[in-house]
Amino acid sequence: MRFAIQINEGPYTHQASDTAYQFTKAALAKGHEIFRVFFYHDGVNNGTRFTVPPQDDRNLQKLWTELAEAHKLDLVVCIAAAQRRGILDANEAKRQGKDGDNIAPGFRISGLGQLIEAGIQADRLVVFGD
Amino acid sequence: MSDEQTKKKFLYLNRKAPYGTIYALESLEVVLIGAAFEQDVSLAFIDDGVFQLMENQDAAATGMKGFSKTYRALGDFEVRKLYVEKESLDLRGLTVDDLMPIVYEDEDEDYAEKPSIILVGKTEMAKLIADQDVVLSF
Repeated sequence: MRFAIQINEGPYTHQASDTAYQFTKAALAKGHEIFRVFFYHDGVNNGTRFTVPPQDDRNLQKLWTELAEAHKLDLVVCIAAAQRRGILDANEAKRQGKDGDNIAPGFRISGLGQLIEAGIQADRLVVFGD
Repeated sequence: MSDEQTKKKFLYLNRKAPYGTIYALESLEVVLIGAAFEQDVSLAFIDDGVFQLMENQDAAATGMKGFSKTYRALGDFEVRKLYVEKESLDLRGLTVDDLMPIVYEDEDEDYAEKPSIILVGKTEMAKLIADQDVVLSF
């Protein structure tokens, strides 16, 4: 089956990203396809490479990056939600006149159309949030 | 965008009050962008989500941008089905008269204005949700 994943909450405060990660990993292990993972609302905060959680805790951003690299996942951070919350890639930083970017490897910033397209293309869109 | 001419049933399920959290506003942003994809779109309002449609909203004192007028413009985006759960209204002491009169223009009937809000019971709402291809929950 072809899944699309939507993550509506940031890391740590909510379990949504953890659960989505476990679901995605399990789906891939069963041979399913993940069309796209779309990060919305505070979910965009999963995509900053500047998080430094304690060493004895999981690093969700790193887990997503590694999963994306291993399975060529398309991790998309919503641009409108990202702009509100200070998640920038190099292009956006330049365009907005900011002095740095923080997007994590394996993530890309794009528009909400990518979420709708994922809904259209996937057999199931699974939303993780509160 | 897809080249396939697949039309899916999209439901935006709104469960939260406006302003207290950003879900309602960012849900609307998806609805407006999604309108360009010409899918079969419905919105549903359950639980505190029914507060999103309250008449006479004034967000000025919160310092936030009021966005209630956007719901009235949804008809212009071909978003014409706004399902409101009756039990959610009842529990909050509200009736459909407390909600904004949201309408769309029916091009098949000389652009007559028709109500977009459809009041449904819990069972009907459950059936509506089950009947969708894509449910975006906010």
